[in-house]
Amino acid sequence: MLKEFDLKKDIKLDFTSGWSYDPAPESTDHVHIKDQYDHFIGGKFVAPQGGQYFDTTNPANEKKLASVAMGCDKDVDAAVKAARTAYDKYWSKMSPRDRGRYIYRIARMIQERAREFAVIETLDGGKPIRESRDVDVPLVAAYFFYYAGWADKLQYAFPGGNPKPLGVAGQIIPWNFPLLMAAWKIAPALATGNTVVLKPAETTPLTSLKLAEIIQEADLPPGVVNIVTGAGDTGASIVNHPNVDKIAFTGSTNVGKIIQKSIAGTNKKLTLELGGKAANIIFDDATIDQAVEGIINGIFFNQGHVCCAGSRLFVQEGVADIIRDKLIDRMQSLIVGDPMDKNTDIGAINSKEQLGTIQRYLEIGLNEGNEIYQTKCDLPDKGYWCCPTLVANVSQSSRLVQEEIFGPVLTIQTFRTPEEVLEKANNTPYGLSGGVWTDKGSKIFNMTNKVRAGVMWANTFNKFDPTSPFGGYKESGLGREGGLHGLYPYLKF
Amino acid sequence: MYMGGAFPRSESERYYPLNDKKGNFIANICLGSRKDFRNAVVAARKAFDGWAARSAYNRGQILYRIAEMMEGRKDQLVAELVKEGSSPKAAQKEAETAIDRVVYFAGWTDKYQQVFGNVNPVASSHFNFSNPEPTGVVSVIAPQNESLLGFVQTIIPIIAGGNVVVVQASEMKPLATLTFCEILHSSDVPGGVVNVITGKTKELASHFSSHMDVNAVVFCEDDSSLKKLIQENASLNVKGVVHRQVKDYYSDENENPYLILDLQEIKTTWHPVGI
Repeated sequence: MLKEFDLKKDIKLDFTSGWSYDPAPESTDHVHIKDQYDHFIGGKFVAPQGGQYFDTTNPANEKKLASVAMGCDKDVDAAVKAARTAYDKYWSKMSPRDRGRYIYRIARMIQERAREFAVIETLDGGKPIRESRDVDVPLVAAYFFYYAGWADKLQYAFPGGNPKPLGVAGQIIPWNFPLLMAAWKIAPALATGNTVVLKPAETTPLTSLKLAEIIQEADLPPGVVNIVTGAGDTGASIVNHPNVDKIAFTGSTNVGKIIQKSIAGTNKKLTLELGGKAANIIFDDATIDQAVEGIINGIFFNQGHVCCAGSRLFVQEGVADIIRDKLIDRMQSLIVGDPMDKNTDIGAINSKEQLGTIQRYLEIGLNEGNEIYQTKCDLPDKGYWCCPTLVANVSQSSRLVQEEIFGPVLTIQTFRTPEEVLEKANNTPYGLSGGVWTDKGSKIFNMTNKVRAGVMWANTFNKFDPTSPFGGYKESGLGREGGLHGLYPYLKF
Repeated sequence: MYMGGAFPRSESERYYPLNDKKGNFIANICLGSRKDFRNAVVAARKAFDGWAARSAYNRGQILYRIAEMMEGRKDQLVAELVKEGSSPKAAQKEAETAIDRVVYFAGWTDKYQQVFGNVNPVASSHFNFSNPEPTGVVSVIAPQNESLLGFVQTIIPIIAGGNVVVVQASEMKPLATLTFCEILHSSDVPGGVVNVITGKTKELASHFSSHMDVNAVVFCEDDSSLKKLIQENASLNVKGVVHRQVKDYYSDENENPYLILDLQEIKTTWHPVGI
């Protein structure tokens, strides 16, 4: 169904011979996944009061991994009560140094059990083991270490200010970086003296529940961190609970808007990390091969399930053809398949539902008359998969350019002048991130200053660090997570 | 009203009479409409890039110039404050405090970036820094029980940070505010940076909070239904909402750079080192 580009190249790379990789699967022997998981409330694992469980499956083979408790209003209420009691009784009375110690302990235990976390993350979510092992889990430990150190130094972060915790934070996280998002939420909340009720995403609850086990082993006072599993209704019940002081949400812009609306009129403080549609801008004086690697990493990292993904490629006309050709070659070299294989670059799409969303966008693209190129991949029979996809001949008004697809789909547009590309890059309701590639420093700063987005990567893309604030302008969100600025949303002055 | 550097009447041609405490007529005031507000947002958006791109030093110079011009027209401001119901002594104090506040925030324009910006020590080999940037077009419902000082205290930190504003003036005390607009106009503040609509919060609040080209909304009243309305509408395009509740506009608490930070976005920039 997909049209191929007419590649007018003299030399073609041959991917059919020579380089085939033997399977290199990561072992799962050392990992124990229970058949059934309960909520983690008040320091104990407790059965859901509604008695219901739902399945979490491995998107790479559609097999059930475990049943997980379905949270209802009563469960959320119990979790909020536990968090409030923990705040009043233990956490707000403890010395900041001791709070920090607990967070340090969690960080260290995550490092010690990194391999287990990486494997479960990949089984439950479908991301390549290479990424969960080398990116997600090391960053999780780093975020806990970073914020552990802030716990007893907050007075130095806010000149003239006198920071105080808010109380109970309700936190709702997505399925694209399940454990990392839990770390982004829990670590700063605890360091600033708040207690937590966290809900992981419906399709990826297992690493959060594994984290609950560590929190239990770390002997954190009961109720300081509570984890309630479930779907949208469970999240809504956290958002609407009257005894929650703060809501932090990472997810889609649509749900973010619903949350902002539903807490209107209350005193709940709000952080939103929402969708994005990042422009990745390539000037003709960029180092082309580095830029191609950056484009690949920008859009195909984590199957493109990244809110800050560089999903809109803008290429200056002089290098448009060569970039496109090199990109197609590089895309063809990406290995799509078993996420547990250490050679895999692109794993499984997180859920059947998300695969459907991506496919609907590709159909829209076909109907719009775009040129759509997909690499040839041998895909497993079971599971949810999408080969790396490039969409050309696409207009600024196309839904593929305007809307977040959240998959391995890259649109290409061209431009002539910096003014033109700025106009196009900023022509979006989103403003989360962006990229610029050029060898000229002043051009970099011209672009990074004028693109209206919270994170700008120059001659690099998709880099994350606990010291570096992350968050969006416009409809990409409110507030920052990470770095010193990530402390503000959990404090009052 | 003051819009895009001009002083038009309401397109609706509506007005309301302003009376003093004893009920004596003072003036007819424009009753601003939704269309006036929308026009003001267009003017503000047009002014935003230029104002945000002014050097911090230049923004400070312009703000300081505002204070100088206020000093020059202080007698007029005081007279209007008296008309609005102040005692002469209180009016004098209000005008002087307002001038001091403008000078105070003029001084911050080239400093808050240093207080709130950071170089972040990332673990990979990248140079990484964060700096505040203005949020954009901010709609503001000025404190309704206040006159000059409340208005100045609310909007000056916002424009000091490079934002542009569309403000609903106090319905009952717009006089000194409108003179203040004339001062802005003659102080090198580019047209469109500050736009002021006179009228009724009841009519305007839903437009101020629902417009899709407004990035943030600020209000000051302690009114739970107004708060709910504004916060609900803000969710249409994820506006930032700032609720400023000031007990005493004369207290030192009004002098701090966090009032600038409230309407800033933090931008973080990465670049590799060594490649």
